[in-house]
Amino acid sequence: MTAAQAVTRRLAELVLVFLGVMFIIYVMVFTLPGDPIMALGGDRPLPENVVAELRSRYHLDEPVWKQYLYYLQGLAQGDLGTNFSGQPVADRLAARWPVTIALALTAWGIELVIGVGLGLYAGLRRGRVGDRVVLAGTILAASVPVFVVAVSAQLVFGVQLGWFPVAGTTQGWPTAYLLPAACIAVFGLASIARLMRGSVIDTMSSDFVRTLWAKGLTRRQVVGVHVTRNSAIPVLTYLAIDLGYLLGGTVIIEGIFNLPGVGQLLFQAIRAHEGPTVVGVSTALIIVFLVANLVVDLLHTALDPRIRHE
Amino acid sequence: MSEATASVEDATAEHTGPPPGRGVWQTLRRRPLFWACVVVLTLLGLVAAVPSWFAGWFGQPDPRVCDLSSSAQAPSAEHVFGTDLQGCDVWANVIFGTRNSLSVGLLSTAVALAVALVVGTLAGYRGGWADRLISRLTDVFLGFPFLLGAVVVLTSVGSRSPVSVSMVLALFSWPTMARLVRSSVRSVRGAEYVDAARAMGLSTARIVRRYVLPNAIGPVLAVATISVGSVIVAESTLTFLGLGLRAPSISWGLQLSSAQSYFQTAPHMLVFPSIFLTVTVLAMITLGDILRDTLDPRGR
Repeated sequence: MTAAQAVTRRLAELVLVFLGVMFIIYVMVFTLPGDPIMALGGDRPLPENVVAELRSRYHLDEPVWKQYLYYLQGLAQGDLGTNFSGQPVADRLAARWPVTIALALTAWGIELVIGVGLGLYAGLRRGRVGDRVVLAGTILAASVPVFVVAVSAQLVFGVQLGWFPVAGTTQGWPTAYLLPAACIAVFGLASIARLMRGSVIDTMSSDFVRTLWAKGLTRRQVVGVHVTRNSAIPVLTYLAIDLGYLLGGTVIIEGIFNLPGVGQLLFQAIRAHEGPTVVGVSTALIIVFLVANLVVDLLHTALDPRIRHE
Repeated sequence: MSEATASVEDATAEHTGPPPGRGVWQTLRRRPLFWACVVVLTLLGLVAAVPSWFAGWFGQPDPRVCDLSSSAQAPSAEHVFGTDLQGCDVWANVIFGTRNSLSVGLLSTAVALAVALVVGTLAGYRGGWADRLISRLTDVFLGFPFLLGAVVVLTSVGSRSPVSVSMVLALFSWPTMARLVRSSVRSVRGAEYVDAARAMGLSTARIVRRYVLPNAIGPVLAVATISVGSVIVAESTLTFLGLGLRAPSISWGLQLSSAQSYFQTAPHMLVFPSIFLTVTVLAMITLGDILRDTLDPRGR
């Protein structure tokens, strides 16, 4: 299979998954029992012709699959719905992306640097004390819920020690973002460290590394260049999966640290029971997740040519 | 089934040596960490089953007996874990909250595992269009980031009982397990003993139940154990966001959610439920990890 074919096939798969995901959201949210038009009138039933007019205006008189197509058409034009006060959700989102992107990228960076570092350290010392400490630490980090980490970190580093701002973005990047990003990164960092550790152990016992040693390369050359680069490929795949977790994490973290991003909008909308905003924002985040996965998949093929010819 | 085939079956069983389960048990038995997890989880199971045995240890047995005049008090002799905002005993609430957290984790994982076993076996053993359909379906569900998917569904689901929350979490956790079952069933399907069973004319249902599943179930059991831990975390996170259980239910997530706004003045309201939550999840994840290490022959 050529690279172009592989990319086309991957794109076709993404479209299928995308349509499926949107269909599930659509079914869950818009076709649940209850009649919104009848509810508009309250106790007094609306006149027959008003009901008919409203039904045809919102396409409620047409079959479900057609309604779904209208919904997709709206999405394609950037229509994420309107909230209860008539504001389009997409407008409210627009100003908030930079904060969330800065937060997610900072978290990604922390995960990558510390996770790969710890994994490399543990993998090279398999079975020794350092390795065991890292392993135990990663299990612990994976078991503490992110909001517990965030609230505790806020209390210790923000309130008591005063090292970081407690909340808000007034101090700008990076000061205001480091602590929230570190809190989201804890979980992914643990997974990356474990993944990297396993991968390093596999690579160290592979034939090409034995050849490198036999060639007389120094430890720095073998580990620093060849082992690290070859072990990092699974980590890259994980980064894409992890984005889903990061985006979910931003909802909680931005809520707790009061960062005015997309996640905070979702956090506030949930607490205010604003259904349309919740669905619109989640849909936008899910679309970002799907696209990021595609990009990483394509990058992955470029980095490891073996995958192309599977 | 005739007697002749039955005895042939017994003979083949004898030749393959002890069933795979026994070797695993021998390895597990020698690991102290395994026993530590078992003890912690048994204790928590007991607490969840009969909270009243444990709640009264420090003289405040009823989580719903609250005294507003002693709101958010730090731990004292009377209230070992302190009191919450409503003046209720935090220890009693943590003890009574165990049941909801554990049952959501177990129920959700049990449902997801059952679905994954049926669907994954169908896809792996049958192959063909069933496989293609199921694989695309798991792709779609894996397209949802776990938490965001649950947020969308729970926003539109009106009732919030432990059962409905479990079902929503199960909806997003079966696909990972189904994929795992599919791949391990596929690797077992071609084994000689499965061919032999087929050649003897055993029914498909019997082959799957006696030969395929017992040999393919290991990896998914390890993942399911870990999943119980992740589901408990997810439940508390959703409850914290305001989408999970609601008062007057008692759960760790609810305690943490109400404690969050007061953590500067009354950190004990946050600390004690967090410790219980973390220890539970830690025990589940560690147990799953140990199982996976033991079941994966490369790790031995």
